[in-house]
Amino acid sequence: MIALIDYGAGNLTSVRKALTSLGAEFATPASPSECARFSALIVPGVGNFAATGALVGPWRDAIRAAVRSGTPLFGICLGMQWLFEGSDEAPEVPGLGVLPGRVVRLKGNAEERLKIPHVGWNALQAPRGPAGSAPQEKGSAPQEKGPAPHEAGLHGRILAGLAPGAHVYFTHSYAAPVTVDCMAETRHADTFSAVVERSNVFGVQFHPEKSSDTGLQIIRNFLEVTRGC
Amino acid sequence: MLTKRIIACMDVRDGQVVKGVQFQQLRHAGDPGELAERYNVEGIDEVVVLDITATLESRQALARTINAVARQIFLPLTVGGGIRSEEDAAAAVDAGADKVSLNTAALRNPDLITTLARRYGSQAVIVAIDAKRRGDGFAVYVRSGTSDAARDAVEWAREAESRGAGEILLTSMDRDGTRSGFDCEMTAAVANAVNIPVIASGGAGGLDHFADVFTRGHADAALAASIFHYADTSVSELKRYLREKNIPVRL
Repeated sequence: MIALIDYGAGNLTSVRKALTSLGAEFATPASPSECARFSALIVPGVGNFAATGALVGPWRDAIRAAVRSGTPLFGICLGMQWLFEGSDEAPEVPGLGVLPGRVVRLKGNAEERLKIPHVGWNALQAPRGPAGSAPQEKGSAPQEKGPAPHEAGLHGRILAGLAPGAHVYFTHSYAAPVTVDCMAETRHADTFSAVVERSNVFGVQFHPEKSSDTGLQIIRNFLEVTRGC
Repeated sequence: MLTKRIIACMDVRDGQVVKGVQFQQLRHAGDPGELAERYNVEGIDEVVVLDITATLESRQALARTINAVARQIFLPLTVGGGIRSEEDAAAAVDAGADKVSLNTAALRNPDLITTLARRYGSQAVIVAIDAKRRGDGFAVYVRSGTSDAARDAVEWAREAESRGAGEILLTSMDRDGTRSGFDCEMTAAVANAVNIPVIASGGAGGLDHFADVFTRGHADAALAASIFHYADTSVSELKRYLREKNIPVRL
């Protein structure tokens, strides 16, 4: 059973619909103490980073404890940004802090008509930045096969079956930098982390529940990870 | 690279898709769920459902329609037509809409833009502008194009952006349903005046019209209804054409 964390940031209807269509069982925990009972956690969300202020305190503690115990965590859009240390959008609100780095505002480029917010379909590319072949450090992870490291594919369990150039639907103004945890980057004037993965923590800046077949594949991959735990 | 979006619009009355010419003469065009599924397979980027009657009785029918469409496709879904209050918007969002499109209500009560942007985020709020050429400018009309709002489209688009709109859906009433091409001048005038995406609408007839509005018109997205409904033009054919013209699209 997957916990879908509802903290009032945006509408969960479409995430619910996508999970239902893939046959996933999920529920919305009413209190932080329930988190420990779930086999995986999803933190969705859209809007201002300040909305994650609702998670500061007991929720943040419970989710951190679940991650430490190996429970898979999937952050979507604002939920992915929250995995980092914090965001310039609401500097007073701490992120979950399970991934190093800080979320910053995209600059866009007026001359090239690259507007902010970044709204629409854009491509996932293999990160050229500090990633390379990012090691999966968690000792208990048995599936070390994955795609061949030097193939021109995308790395990460969350991106299984997807090739560079796959398009997904974005709508955001802030984004995380490309760090060692980046599995796919996207370019919109700036290059930012579109997909992150570190051991049992996963995040996507776009909306997989709105990204047609590619998005559903990513959610299916997370469900697959969940089953392996 | 961010791609140009192709958006299919369904004008819905009593749960069925209909389409008019210059806001009149409605023709029946099919079941919304079935159409949405066909568009998804063909590679549409987004779907808009417009309730063109927007009477009280049609509200529940609309919720059913949104639900039927949202169950079929995992794409961004916008709902518009008769959204007059925060409650109307909440009903559309609860039924599965990702964005709501405000038209008459936004002009009558511009605070509604801000209220909805605070509640759902700017990305969820589209301000729809129906406009006609008049002199050097573009006159805004409301109430399904029946009433002169005494505003200019460029100036109203700027205000909508400053109040929290996330996108502008700009319809040329002169071109709507005529298949004579988008109004590229009007689209460019608005697109150059705001920093949020502009969706061009009204007049799509041929493949070249889309290429035109993305280049000359500086549109971020283009919306069409009838040419997709009656399967004159498939979305995949359109996108292959645009790719050949070096316009970035999702294939």
